[in-house]
Amino acid sequence: MELRLLKPAIKSRYPQLAIFIVMLVGYIFAILAGLIGTPVGSRNFSIVFVWIAWWAILILVAVPFFGRGWCAVCPIPLPGEWLQRDAVLGPEQSRWSSSDRRERIETTRRPKWLNLRVPKMFRNIWLQNISFLLLALFSSVLLTTPNITGIVLAAMLFAAIGLSMIFERRAFCRYLCPVGGFIGLYSQTALIELRIKNKQVCVKCEGKPCYNGNENGYGCPWDVFPGGLTKNTYCGLCMECIRACPHDNIAINLRPFSADLAKPTTRLDEAFKAFIMLGSAMIYAGVLLGPWGALKDAAYNVGTSAWFVYAAVFLGIIFIVMPSLFALCVSRFENINAFKKRFTSFSTALIPLGLMFWVAFSLSFVLTNASYILTALSDPLGLGWNLFGTANAAWQPMLTSILAPTQTLALVGGLIWSARTAQKAANEITVSPLPVIVYCFIVTSVMLWLLL
Amino acid sequence: MTKRTAWIWLGLAAMVVAFAPLPVPSLSPQVRMFKLDARQYAYSPSELKVNPGDTVTIQLVSTDVVHGLYVDGYDLSVEADPGQTATLTFIADKSGSFRFRCNVTCGAMHPFMIGKLQVGTNAWLYRSIGLAIIAALGSIAWGVFRPKDNGTQHATRNT
Repeated sequence: MELRLLKPAIKSRYPQLAIFIVMLVGYIFAILAGLIGTPVGSRNFSIVFVWIAWWAILILVAVPFFGRGWCAVCPIPLPGEWLQRDAVLGPEQSRWSSSDRRERIETTRRPKWLNLRVPKMFRNIWLQNISFLLLALFSSVLLTTPNITGIVLAAMLFAAIGLSMIFERRAFCRYLCPVGGFIGLYSQTALIELRIKNKQVCVKCEGKPCYNGNENGYGCPWDVFPGGLTKNTYCGLCMECIRACPHDNIAINLRPFSADLAKPTTRLDEAFKAFIMLGSAMIYAGVLLGPWGALKDAAYNVGTSAWFVYAAVFLGIIFIVMPSLFALCVSRFENINAFKKRFTSFSTALIPLGLMFWVAFSLSFVLTNASYILTALSDPLGLGWNLFGTANAAWQPMLTSILAPTQTLALVGGLIWSARTAQKAANEITVSPLPVIVYCFIVTSVMLWLLL
Repeated sequence: MTKRTAWIWLGLAAMVVAFAPLPVPSLSPQVRMFKLDARQYAYSPSELKVNPGDTVTIQLVSTDVVHGLYVDGYDLSVEADPGQTATLTFIADKSGSFRFRCNVTCGAMHPFMIGKLQVGTNAWLYRSIGLAIIAALGSIAWGVFRPKDNGTQHATRNT
C-alpha cells in the first residue's frame, strides 16, 4: 500500500533538512559531552542519549517498523556529503540549465574531490562486519566511558567526511558504518519499503535520473538503482530518487513484516552478518546482564590477558562455534557450491531471530536504565545544572514486573518468525527446514537461560 | 483432526504451559543469612538461592567504593560505605528469578554490576522453554501441512 500522504513532505527538502540539523546539533553535542562532560557515564549526555535513548528507539521502534528509517535522518554523512556536493540543500539549478543532455551530465558529474569508485573488493559488507566487531569487542568500555564514546562518534563523523572526499556517493554509509550494516540486515523485516511502481517506466526512462541525478534530486547516494530494488538492505531511504524521478514512479509502501525474507540471501557477507548479530546479542546478554563478575572484568579491562581471552572466545563463538553448528545442520555432503547456497539461504532464518534477540536484550538494558535520561536531560554534562528540575531524579528501574514475560514473547515470537523464514528458504532450495528450526530452538533456549 | 482444531489445541497447550499453577513443595520457612561482598563491578557470591517464604538477611559488605543493592521485583535496596556492612532483611514471598544490582553509581561498569536471586525454582524459564518447544513443534507442523495445501492448489490449477 503506497503511503501517498508522505509524498509532499518527501518531495520538499526542508522537512528532512530541519530534522538533519537537529540531529547534527545533537550529535555534535554528544561528542562534546563525551569529551568535556563528566566521566561518570550514567550522568553524561553522550552515554545516556546515545546508548540508552537512541539505542532504544533504534532497536525497539526504528528498525522493526521503519527499517533504514534511522539512516534517512542520520547526521553522520551530512558534512561530508555537503562538501562532496558543494551544496547543502539541493542540486544547483545552473548545472542543469544546458539543453544538451550529454553536457548536462558531464557538468553534473564533474568531481569536486577525488570522486573515485569504491574498489570492487570492498563492495560488500565485510568491512561493516569488521567495524561492528571492533566496536563490539570494546563495547564494555565504549558503552560506559563518555570520552571513548565521544572519540568514536567523532571518528565516525571524520571517517564519513574523509571517505566522501575520496569516493563517490556515501561510501561510509554503504560500506563501513558499523551501525548501517545491521540496520540494513534487519530492515528486510520492516513494515515499509521504497520501490518502483512500474518496471516498464524505468526501462524506458532516459538518463536514469534516480541513479544519475537531475535538477530535482541527486543520483542515489547509496549507489543503488531503484529500478532493481527487491530488498531494503541497501536502500538508505534518503528519498533522493523520489525527488529525482520525472515519472513519479517511486513510492514508499506499507507492507507486511519481513516481506524481503521470502527471497533468501545468497551472499556470505550477509550470512555472517546474521551470525555476528545473533552471537553478539547472546554474548552481551551473558557478559553485561549476567551475574558473572569475572566476565565483566575480562570484557572491561582492555589489553589485559583476560581481555585477549575474552576477545578470542567472542570471535570464536561468532566465527567458528555458531556457524559450524549451523553448517552441520544444513550440510548434506555435497559439492561446495550447493553447500554455500544452502548455508547462505538458511542463514536468512537467523535475521528475525537476531532482531528479536536484540529486542529482548535491549528491553532489559533500557528499562533498567531509562531513568538516567531524566537526569542527563537536566544536567547533560554533569556540571551541576538543573535545566528542567530533574537533575536529581532518583534511579528507578521501569516495568520490571513485565520484563520477563515480554522477553519471552519476543524470543518465542522470534523463533516462530525464524521457523517460518526457514520454511520459505527451504521451499526455494527444496530441502527440509527441520535442522534449522532445531538450531533456532537451541539458541533461543540459551538466550532464554541467559536473560531469565 | 482439522487444521483449525490442531491450532486450537496448540494454543491451549501454550496457555497451559504459560499459566497453569505448579505444585509448590511444602518446605518450612527458614532464616537464611548471606554475606555479600561488593566490589567494582561484581557481587560475591553472585547468585543466591532461597526457598519461598524464607526470611532472607543479606549483609552487604563493600570492599572498595560505595555500593548499593537493589532487588528487582521486591523493590528493596540498601547501601554500604567502603569497608562497612549494611543489612537488608526481607521475606522471600515472591517466587522466581530476580536480578539484584548496584543502585549507587560506583564507576564505569556500574549499570552492569548485577547478581541473581532465585526464590524456589525458576519456573518462568521452564515455562518459556516449554513455550519455545510448542512454538518449534507448531512451526514444524505448519510446514508439514502447508505444502499439501500448495500441492492441492497447483493440482486444481492444472486441471
